[in-house]
Amino acid sequence: MNVDWTSFWPRIVEATGQTITMVIATLIFGSILGIIMGLLLFVTRQNNILENKFLFNLLNIVINIIRPVPFIIFLVAISQLTRLVVGTTIGTAAAIFPMTIVASFTIARVVENNLVSIDPGVIEAAQAMGASPLRIIFTVLIPEALGPLVLGLTFVTVTLIDFSAVAGTVGGGGLGHIAMTYGYQRFDASVMIVTVLILIVLVQLAQWLGNTLSRKIMRR
Amino acid sequence: MIEFKQVSKTFRLGKREVHAVKDVSLKVEQGDIYGIIGFSGAGKSTLLRLVNLLERPSEGSIEIQGVDVTSLSAKELRKQRRNIGMIFQNFNLFNSRTVAGNIAYPLKLAGTPKQEINTRVEELLRFVGLADKAKDYPDQLSGGQKQRVGIARALATNPDILICDEATSALDPDTTADVLRLLKQVNREFGITILLITHEMEVIQSVCTKVAVMENGEVIESGGVFEVFTDPQHATTKRFIHSVQQDLPSPKVLAEWRESGGGSLYRLQFKGPVANEPVLSTVTAKHGITFNIVYGSVRELEERLFGNLIVSFLGNPEAVDTAIQEIATLTDIEEVQEIER
Repeated sequence: MNVDWTSFWPRIVEATGQTITMVIATLIFGSILGIIMGLLLFVTRQNNILENKFLFNLLNIVINIIRPVPFIIFLVAISQLTRLVVGTTIGTAAAIFPMTIVASFTIARVVENNLVSIDPGVIEAAQAMGASPLRIIFTVLIPEALGPLVLGLTFVTVTLIDFSAVAGTVGGGGLGHIAMTYGYQRFDASVMIVTVLILIVLVQLAQWLGNTLSRKIMRR
Repeated sequence: MIEFKQVSKTFRLGKREVHAVKDVSLKVEQGDIYGIIGFSGAGKSTLLRLVNLLERPSEGSIEIQGVDVTSLSAKELRKQRRNIGMIFQNFNLFNSRTVAGNIAYPLKLAGTPKQEINTRVEELLRFVGLADKAKDYPDQLSGGQKQRVGIARALATNPDILICDEATSALDPDTTADVLRLLKQVNREFGITILLITHEMEVIQSVCTKVAVMENGEVIESGGVFEVFTDPQHATTKRFIHSVQQDLPSPKVLAEWRESGGGSLYRLQFKGPVANEPVLSTVTAKHGITFNIVYGSVRELEERLFGNLIVSFLGNPEAVDTAIQEIATLTDIEEVQEIER
């Protein structure tokens, strides 16, 4: 029961497009939310420029609640919320919503970890020069942590490619959906192999892009 | 200029209270190069951070040009900080910015027009001798060069005050001397008041005009560098001075001297003009005795000479006694007792 590749290729291309859309959209929305949360987490720490115990603990606890939940369970668990926000639980857009939530919390931790590694002396120097906390965030914290941050986001991107395949199996479309329907349910090994190869290429591409970009930023 | 008025700073570490600074009152006059020396943990770093309120005092006030900085609003404080340049032991340069970018940063904060920033950055780079390094990044520079960038950055907004947090402690002796020369130049050319902290007496000796010695959060001794060096009161001060000024032979040498029947030793100190006069030879010749210099040094402090000699006198004991009495009228003399340390 093998597929006819001449008519099947367009479906593969379409699915690859869906996967890329899911990953990039999630990366954009997730980065915006994640970077904001990560920055808040960092600056509200004890003895930091906007120390705030309440906000710090709140963020910390919420992140710790969301992060350990396996993605496939999370996906199903918030399906009611997804329906409320997106209008459906099927399709690419419906997959982007839960992926963004999980990604943003992961990115928040990545951002926080990178910011913690900035020498506190540099922040102190900026304060001593009369920089406001907001100014420090945009002109010191972000530029100083940017190189490792890009590497961190690359890592997250690779995870997102994985997530997109998981989302695909429960109605999210994309390569995950194709691999499940044809490879798993119809035992067509050739489809399985092709999708796996495409996923590998996507991961390689993302990693190469991230490495190049971060190297440029860090000048090494 | 900078006046600490009964300033205290207490940190809470869990349940424990740490009194980093205890009731310090200190006045730094305009144009001073004021050094605060102390061993690590003495509270000097905290005291320095009180000047630009990187630390807030628990008690007391800090006045800069008569304005109590603790009463300023957040916005006023940021403006005030532009008037206080700061340099650091680890330089704290922005690694994501070039040398020129680092120096331009405080000017951007102050809202200086771009054209003016460029001119000022060039001017500062020339002043610190790094005109060819404008486009380099900090990780391409040596320690001494990094501190020069730090100094240029601290001077960018034309501050009245420069505070230095162990600015030479991470540098080798040659580079230290370079940076200290630069600080002296900053003080002379721009009339900038410098407040520095250090644990190295060499730094105090080579650049400072005034010194305060800190121990356990308190200032235990302060005054002009020459006065404190030539007449230290406190044991800790004496230890610091001894670290740069070999004013006594080692206990071993002293013991050997005594064992070999070397007789009494006297310590003579010459402060200022008297160091230029042949006091010893004139007086001993007059009384028909001779002297033997066992140990000693003459050095320069704040452009004045300070001599410290350990001598023994040889000859008729009565003549020696009268000679010593006569010397005592001209300069400081005392018998070296048992080892002071």
